[in-house]
Order: sequence, then C-alpha cells, then structure tokens
Amino acid sequence: MAYNCVVLAKQVPDTQRITGKVMNDDGTVNRSALPAIFNPEDLNALELALQIKDRFGGRVTVVTMGLPGATRILRESLYRGADAAVLVTDMRCAASDTLATSYILSCAVRRMDYDIVLCGRQAIDGDTAQVGPQLAEKLGIPQITYIEALEDLHDNTIQVRRNIGNGWQSVKSRLPVLLTVTGEANTPRVAAAKHLMKYKKARTPAEATAEIKAINPNAVEAEIKELSETRCDALKARGLLIEQWNLDQVEADLTWCGRGGSPTKVHRIQSVVLAAKESKEVEPTDEGLAEMIHELIDDKIIA
Amino acid sequence: MIDVNRQGEVWVFAEQHGGKLEETPIELMSKARHLADTLKVKLAAVLPGDEVRHLSTELIHYGADKVYLVEHPLLRSYQTNSYAKVILELIGKHKPQIVLYGATAAGRDLAPRVASAAKAGLTADCTDLQIGTHKAGKDGEVHENLLFQIRPAFGGNIVATIINYDRWPQMATVREGVMPMPEPNPNHHGVIVTETVRLAQDDLPIEILQEHKRAKKVDLKAARIIVAGGAGVGSKENFKLVWDLANCLGAAPAATRPAVDLGFIDHDHQVGQTGTTVRPSLYIAVGISGAIQHQAGMAQSQKIVAINNDPEAPIFGIAHYKIVGDLNEVVPKMIRAIKEKGVKD
Ligand SMILES: Cc1cc2nc3c(=O)[nH]c(=O)nc-3n(C[C@H](O)[C@H](O)[C@H](O)COP(=O)(O)OP(=O)(O)OC[C@H]3O[C@@H](n4cnc5c(N)ncnc54)[C@H](O)[C@@H]3O)c2cc1C
Ligand SMILES: Cc1cc2nc3c(=O)[nH]c(=O)nc-3n(C[C@H](O)[C@H](O)[C@H](O)COP(=O)(O)OP(=O)(O)OC[C@H]3O[C@@H](n4cnc5c(N)ncnc54)[C@H](O)[C@@H]3O)c2cc1C
Repeated sequence: MAYNCVVLAKQVPDTQRITGKVMNDDGTVNRSALPAIFNPEDLNALELALQIKDRFGGRVTVVTMGLPGATRILRESLYRGADAAVLVTDMRCAASDTLATSYILSCAVRRMDYDIVLCGRQAIDGDTAQVGPQLAEKLGIPQITYIEALEDLHDNTIQVRRNIGNGWQSVKSRLPVLLTVTGEANTPRVAAAKHLMKYKKARTPAEATAEIKAINPNAVEAEIKELSETRCDALKARGLLIEQWNLDQVEADLTWCGRGGSPTKVHRIQSVVLAAKESKEVEPTDEGLAEMIHELIDDKIIA
Repeated sequence: MIDVNRQGEVWVFAEQHGGKLEETPIELMSKARHLADTLKVKLAAVLPGDEVRHLSTELIHYGADKVYLVEHPLLRSYQTNSYAKVILELIGKHKPQIVLYGATAAGRDLAPRVASAAKAGLTADCTDLQIGTHKAGKDGEVHENLLFQIRPAFGGNIVATIINYDRWPQMATVREGVMPMPEPNPNHHGVIVTETVRLAQDDLPIEILQEHKRAKKVDLKAARIIVAGGAGVGSKENFKLVWDLANCLGAAPAATRPAVDLGFIDHDHQVGQTGTTVRPSLYIAVGISGAIQHQAGMAQSQKIVAINNDPEAPIFGIAHYKIVGDLNEVVPKMIRAIKEKGVKD
C-alpha cells in the first residue's frame, strides 16, 4: 500500500556556525554572517518520508514558504529523492509569526493529496517548534511530536516512538497524521547523482522567466511571456517544474497572513552579551588558589 | 481568540503525570504570582487529569488563588487533543489574560495546538516574563500592562522580547529550570473550582502502546555547587579530575555537550541549551570554552570560576574568578587548597 507524504521544509540562517556579528549595529540581523541552509531537522523529516516511499511506494512532495532563494532547498530535496516541490512565496507572507505561517502552509497543504505530513521538530532560527502542531490543528488531523523512530506502518495505521524528554513512548495513530521529526530519527541520505543530473535543471516559473530575459535582452514583455509559458510547459512535461504559489493561488484569507495575521510582535531584540559584574584574575599557584577558596568560604559560597 | 480583557486572570497549566505535578509549572508559580499581583488579578492553576484533586492543595500552597479542576477518566494520560479541548473550553468560558505552560515535552506539544485553535499568539521557550508598556512606533498607540515574553532565538545568539496586544490571551511556554522553585506556603488560601468538559473516545486519536520513563542519574537543578568539565579535560580517564574536585566540595559533576558526546559522562549531566539549565551558588567550569549554548544553561550561576589555558576563551567573559592555566595542574592544586581549608560536604 502506497502512502503520499508532504514534507514541510524551511530555509534558515546557519545559526550553529556563526562567522561574525549576528546583529548589525542598527539592531537588524546580519544575514551575511549567516549562510542559508536546509533546516537540519527538516532533512530528517525528508529522510523519513523517503524511507516510507522506498518501502511502501507513494509520492514525496516538499513544500517551503519563503523568499524565492528558498528554491535552493527544494532542488536539494529533489536531488535526494523527492518527487515534487512547491514554493509558496508572496511579499504578503512577510513578518508572519508561527500562527500565520501555519495558516499559510495549511492553505498550501490542503491542496495536496497526503496521508502523512512531516515537519522537522524545530527550526534553528525561530526555534519555536510550534509550526508543526499548529499546522496539524489547522488541517484537523492528529499530531505526533518528537519522532525518534518509525516502528510500523500498515493498513493506514502508523506506529512510532517519540521522545518525551525523560524517556520515550510508543504510540499508534490512524492516517492522516502529522509527525514532527527529531535529529535522532535517522541519518539523512546525500544527493544521488542520477537525481542531481535530472533536477539541476528544475526551475520555478520565476526562474525560467528570468533566464529567458537574460538570453533575450531585447524581447518585449509579450514575447517574454510567451517564451516563458512554452518553457514552463516543457519543464512540467519533464517533471522539472517547481511549482510556485502565491497567497491568491492557495486561496488564503489575508486577514490571517503576514504581520496583520500575527498576534505576536517583536518589542525588542538584543544580542546576547553576558558579562560578569566583577571579575578577578586568579594566579594558578597554590597561594592564588588558596586565596580564592578562602574568599569563597568567607562569602559563604562554599561551606 | 478573545478580546483584550484587563480583568482576566493569570493562568498556569498544571501539568501532571500519574498524579504527580511536573516541576516546571511549579517553578512558574512564583513568577505567575508576581505577574498576577502586578496586574491586580487572580492567579489560577488549570488542572486536568484523572483523580488529581489532591494536587489542588499543593497548587494553592504554591500560590494559586484558584484551581480549575477538570477530572475525567479519559484525561488519565496526557494526550494532545483531549487536553487541548479542556484548555480551550476553559479559556472560552473564563477569558484569562495570560496563560502560561512549562516548556516541557507535553507543554510544547499542547500549547501550539491550543494557540492555533484559539487563534491566539504563543511565545516559545521563554526565559523571563515581565509586565511592561509597549509603544507601537513613534507616535503609535501605547499599550500598558502587557506581558513581556522574553526568549532566546537564533540558536541562543539573540534575546527577543515578544508581545501580543490585540488578540488575547497572551500565551507563552517557559523553559525548564530558569525560575527558582518556590517554597510552598501552607497558609496560602485558595478555592477549587470543579469544571466539567465533555470528552469522548474521538478526542483520543492516538493510542499509547508503551511508555518508558527513566529517573535522572543526577539532579543538577538541586545542586548548590556544580563542577563541570568540557572537551578540554581530554579523556574519560582524566574526567576523574572533575569527579574528584566535585567530591571534595560536595558538588554535582556536570559537562558540556562535547564532553557528553565523547563519552566522558552521561547525558543527564549535560548543562546548556539542550541539557539542563542550572543556577547554583558556585559553578566551576573546567576546560570549557563557554559557547553561547553552554552559557544558556549556566550564566545565571551566582559565582562562576573558570579554568582554561586559553586566556581568550569566552567563558572568561562571564567568570567571576578567572584562572588561566592547565587544568591538569590547576585542579589538583585546587583540591589540595580545599582540603587544607578543611572544606567538606
Ligand atoms: C527572534 C524571533 C523570535 C520569534 N519568536 C516567535 C514566537 O515566540 N512565537 C511565534 O509565534 N513566532 C515567533 N517568531 C516568528 C517565527 O520565527 C516565524 O513565524 C517562523 O516562520 C516559524 O517559526 P520557527 O522558525 O520557530 O519554526 P518552527 O516552528 O520551529 O518549525 C518547525 C517546523 O515547521 C516547518 N516550518 C516552519 N516554518 C516553515 C516554512 N516557512 N516553510 C515550510 N516549513 C516550515 C518545518 O518543518 C520546521 O522544522 C519569532 C521570530 C524571530 C525572528
Ligand atoms: C543547537 C545546539 C545546541 C547545543 N547545546 C549545547 C548544550 O546544551 N550544552 C553544551 O555544553 N553545548 C551545547 N552545544 C555545543 C556548543 O556550541 C559548544 O560546542 C560546546 O559547549 C563546547 O564545549 P566545550 O567547551 O567542552 O569544548 P570546546 O569548545 O572544544 O572547549 C574546550 C576548552 O578547553 C580548553 N582546554 C583545552 N585543554 C586544556 C587544558 N589542558 N587546560 C585548561 N583548558 C584546556 C580549551 O582552551 C577550550 O577553551 C550546542 C550546540 C548547538 C549547535
């Protein structure tokens, strides 16, 4: 029995490998110090979906909401074995909090045919781990968070092991279901050469148009439009078109999108600079250390 | 979502498992008490479960003015949908202005489900909560008495203060171990309000087949003194230095993530963003560089001693006592100095 999986993936700044000052002096995030990567646990979610496809058949579709540059992680997903990819991009998505993000993603996912929806446990920039459960609620399906292992899947019933902080639980649910997947669940596969050869030509309509403009610098608008349409049809026929949807296409109610749809707002952001109020250099000698111990006893820090 | 409701109570989700309260909601009680007092409203604990009435008194002693008790056989084990249904119904009925959850595995599973259904905001994994005033833009509207929800983001590299002034309740999950455990006060009085919520098997779409909980090997949160070793200690054998120093101080041994990953000591001893958050009287960091993710778990210590042979190590930025030197020489000397002073546990 085949199962269709939809994987939600986010492009994130690599907060684990920060190469410079995270914040600019004006308080904005210094994106140049942070290369954009595939959110690590979303790779685990994708891997789990690909394993389900390998064992049971079905299609894996990857969806991201982000700037057009996020197409990079969609192509990476195709290189690893995904069958289709969708970019949800729209200026009106900007400043969405998790409530608005999950709403927009739900509008996109609702248009697809799915048995299992997979998210990473948490994105390494926003760090909230809220989008998965909120998306499940909006789709009206059960959620199983913090998946460590897939134990069983048959007859539309899934059994998984989940981490509950101080131990684990083995749980069962009917499909459809939404899973949030942790880094412990698996080791993501690398890109396969055959997929790479095929999908390095995969493009979104916007990318196809930009390329056509570059080759035909003197063409008028109508010509460009026609050429792009032909090009997109050709890409689609070969399974190389990365779908691109805006908020109108997913029929999102704008009240629930972007800044206006987001109840949480940032009051202030500060860089973390922790400093001791007063500090002393201690000589690494018997005398120096004895003096420190003495002080700590005097201060009743140690008995 | 409910409207801004200045008379609304402050609520804490009283997470319990098997009739025993979790520590994080208890830690939250003293902060929540303070918020409620500042806002001059009542503090209530919301307690769903099966045969959990006895916990109400405990919650009252920790500062609750009210306990909303919801008992049902189908609430015996925590499950997302059934618990979310209870919280949602009570929010709709009583319209609290603030709802707080421990950022435990269950809290972070439940709160977003509730927030989504209530179309309310939710701030994740806060390390502090305050009441403050927000001005939207230069000449914008002024919103007083808002909940400032303070949280690290970007892998701990920034701290954001999040607010929510139009769609209430204001909800947040709060990280474990960042707020001190209050002392119970047997003289504090409160009322138990029994609520009924209709539940059916449909509200339990998940079947729990098996559960394994394990006791922690060490209670770092309770330790007054912690001696922590990092990758700089070098080997499991050499980690004995950390144990020895800890033993002669009556301290708990702890470690950084690399020290755990290298097998020097069990994961239960890990301090930091993905380990335990501690706030002891004394934290001795041995061969630890002081990465932001480690600092996230120990920067609140009252006194910090750092031993590192690299004078540029970031740990020195937060240390009260900086010892630049080779830990293999410094630690034995320190043990000697302690023994000479007659310090013991
Ligand atoms: C400093 C800072 C603090 C913030 N704090 C909060 C807060 O407390 N509460 C709040 O509601 N919002 C907050 N936000 C906004 C939040 O980061 C965004 O809404 C973000 O789009 C989603 O949240 P996340 O990164 O935490 O994702 P998470 O909820 O951690 O992501 C979990 C999973 O959901 C999926 N997913 C998430 N985003 C996308 C996407 N764009 N496309 C596809 N899949 C996705 C992925 O599978 C991901 O692994 C904050 C933003 C900043 C910059
Ligand atoms: C998402 C995420 C979560 C994380 N969570 C955590 C967490 O919870 N806890 C945590 O600790 N880390 C965590 N980390 C890892 C963290 O970023 C650092 O890598 C880690 O804290 C560094 O550990 P360390 O200080 O032991 O090792 P190192 O950074 O390698 O430092 C070793 C130090 O020992 C010193 N040293 C070496 N030899 C000697 C000697 N003979 N005498 C004296 N000093 C010596 C060196 O100068 C150096 O400063 C996390 C990282 C990420 C990305």
